[in-house]
Amino acid sequence: MDEGTQHSAVVIEKVDKAMFVRYAGASGDFNPIHWSEDFAKSAGYPTVFAQGMFTAGVLATFLTDWAGESNVRRFRTRFVGQVWPGEQITCSAKVTKVYEQDGERRAECELSVTNEKGERKIDGDATVVVA
Amino acid sequence: MSNQDAGLEWVVERGKVAEFARAVLNESAEHSKPDAVAPPTFPQTLSFWRARQPRPSGGGEGRDMRRVLHGEQEFEYVRPLRAGDVLTATSKIVDEYEKEGKRGGTMRFVVSETQFRDADGQIVAYSRGTSIVTSKATTE
Repeated sequence: MDEGTQHSAVVIEKVDKAMFVRYAGASGDFNPIHWSEDFAKSAGYPTVFAQGMFTAGVLATFLTDWAGESNVRRFRTRFVGQVWPGEQITCSAKVTKVYEQDGERRAECELSVTNEKGERKIDGDATVVVA
Repeated sequence: MSNQDAGLEWVVERGKVAEFARAVLNESAEHSKPDAVAPPTFPQTLSFWRARQPRPSGGGEGRDMRRVLHGEQEFEYVRPLRAGDVLTATSKIVDEYEKEGKRGGTMRFVVSETQFRDADGQIVAYSRGTSIVTSKATTE
């Protein structure tokens, strides 16, 4: 992993509402806006949408698959758009800097989540330990 | 702001780590190990442990969930969390401000930070989140 290294992958072919239900159970985020059509519509949304932290969690999985499970020192996400059922989700990472700190070689990465139209859902950045 | 809560024992449980990993589509063999490394966003499961505790953000029961958005979330690790860790989590509000939004009317931002300490009192991780309370729905 060197400065300028890029990595990108389609991580969800088609977003399914069942993913939001499973994430609700696993995380404890039971806000019905993510699983109840009636509730989401009453709030003015066309349908349910993903928990921001579901999508952030999927981005983190993309990152740990690439950098290693125990190598993440910092992970930050900014939620810029909702993820809707039926969308295709792509995660991307780009190494912006490699440096030494606390006896470790570390990389700063820019992260993003986009749909099949290239619309951004999450902007993020992370610090990972590299070999 | 001095609004830190009393602190909460938080156990990184092996089964919960495996369940959470599956929910974020993480298929790594790591999560079948007894001392599995928790996924980076795993501290979000803290909400289970404090469901019955008043939150420093004053959220929970009385809050209209139709109007709460998650703006930003950051995790910082001194070391990875592993199944079997018994930690103490303390949370506080670190910033609060309002902005006029184009799509959501007046937006109130609440920034909170949770620190996770081990049995020796050493900080092992931080979680920082920004919640946004809007005055109307914000579809794109």
